[in-house]
Amino acid sequence: MSRFGFNWENEEKFDALLERYPDKQSLMLPALWMVQYQEGWISLDAIRFIAKKLERTPMEVYSVASFYTMFQLQPVGKYHIQLCRTLSCMLCGSKNIQEYLQYKLGIKVGETTPDRQFTLSLVECLGSCGTAPCMRLNDTYIENLTPEKIDEILDGLCHDR
Amino acid sequence: MIAKVVSKNFDIPNAHTLEIARANGRYASLEKLFCLSPDETICEIERSGLRGKGGGGALTGEKWRLIPPQSSKPVYLVVNADEGEPGTFKDRQILEFDPHLLIEGIICASYAINAHHAYVYIRGEYVFWMNRLQQAIDEAYAAGLLGNSVFGRDFSLHVTIHKGAGAYICGEKTALLESLEGKRGHPRLKPKGKEPEWFFGNPTVVNNVETIASVPFIIREGYASYRAYGTEQSPGTMLFGISGHVKKPGVYELPYGTSMKRVIYELCGGIKGDKNLKAIIPGGSSVQILRADEIDDITLDYECLKAHGSALGTGGMIVLNESVSIPEAMKNLFAFYHHESCGQCTPCREGTGWVDRILAKILAGKGSKEDYQTILDAVDTMNGKTICVFAPSVAFIAQSYLKKFREEFEALIK
Repeated sequence: MSRFGFNWENEEKFDALLERYPDKQSLMLPALWMVQYQEGWISLDAIRFIAKKLERTPMEVYSVASFYTMFQLQPVGKYHIQLCRTLSCMLCGSKNIQEYLQYKLGIKVGETTPDRQFTLSLVECLGSCGTAPCMRLNDTYIENLTPEKIDEILDGLCHDR
Repeated sequence: MIAKVVSKNFDIPNAHTLEIARANGRYASLEKLFCLSPDETICEIERSGLRGKGGGGALTGEKWRLIPPQSSKPVYLVVNADEGEPGTFKDRQILEFDPHLLIEGIICASYAINAHHAYVYIRGEYVFWMNRLQQAIDEAYAAGLLGNSVFGRDFSLHVTIHKGAGAYICGEKTALLESLEGKRGHPRLKPKGKEPEWFFGNPTVVNNVETIASVPFIIREGYASYRAYGTEQSPGTMLFGISGHVKKPGVYELPYGTSMKRVIYELCGGIKGDKNLKAIIPGGSSVQILRADEIDDITLDYECLKAHGSALGTGGMIVLNESVSIPEAMKNLFAFYHHESCGQCTPCREGTGWVDRILAKILAGKGSKEDYQTILDAVDTMNGKTICVFAPSVAFIAQSYLKKFREEFEALIK
């Protein structure tokens, strides 16, 4: 038994999506996304819930969830910074941006601040090569990064620091 | 130099809204489309010579022909918007500035292959662009351009956006279909003969966003107007994305056959920092690198780049100036490939990591004389021994970096 459940909004969304695919199994990624938006991450409890909904084994759901980089199987900070590290961004100075972010947040890549406000990750090509360097702040792209721009954006965020 | 086939409305403010889109020619092809039979529609695309813009360059008409015309099973169209090839950022321009062009193309393509449901698989990071497209889809439904009676005709079509979750390999069409079926993105074995793709056992066409966005022009203006652009074997235009060390990076729509040098030095304003050019990776990171002295006669079409030992790929060009260390650039890409190998085939899963670690060692000044050969041997083991083309591409690029810039590797190893 899992204690996790969709909120009513996701329940409705899930049912509406069922109509749009020839097989229920297609709802695997959409369901994992719904969990992640509802909870911030995907717990084993939520995986059991999805397995039941899709009539698959929990292991099957877990194997899919763990395959995709964007699914968080551990809690992350309120603000998840995902800095692109791939070639075009590197050529345009992403390493300096990385150092600046580490300095500013006081954490290294892969870490979360002790107050759970920020997580810093390096990610692969975000498709912003013409506006490099680039990062995502949760779901928002921030492009042509400079230390000044980072100051401006991070200092303007609403957090409990 | 600049062409305006797909990008015509990119500079028009609010062209992503239905009202402005229609005022600027969107959905104008539908009147003509519904006068053609599905077979005639495919003929038009075949005659246009339209080639897939996602990297492979396969003939679109040929792909559509693989769908049985009287299929007893439902047929699906899947649009590949899993844009993830490093150096490639063109599909997002279509989604951002002209999503109705994509929907119009989806209607044309679905009509041709008799599909009544189309899925647009968009990479999970592109949330803004997904919302943009969803807005346009909602508008199209409300205006009767999608739904049970498209454009008032006896043709139903539904479009659903499917959100990816950060796996590069899902840009490979069979991995994408596995992912769409709710599984890990593992590419499928290639069939012996020519056959369509399969989505839950139903015949399916997978096309790139830009390919589908090129269709309305061909239907509206006729195949000959499309062939007026480009070369005999690479007809039409492509959105080229130029990034890295150029003064004016960005996406430019150009006819195939345009001079690479003119693009870099005229359109893109030359090399950033007024340094010399060292190398260009011409078609997304998965194609062989070209040295500065190799680009003089290169034109941007499939045939020319192939003849020069590289490929046009996605048209995403990464420009490297003389300040770049090639071993470092190669290490950057191998970290990418190691992370993104789906893990299904051992030579790829292990080989990418192995080469990545050797490169790290060389860059740390701990390289030994054998390392150069070890990398070549490792990538030789990856080539031709895996399910999909990921590993062979990685092998070819490794060979090109090592052979064309041997002295840079040797300088680090001594």
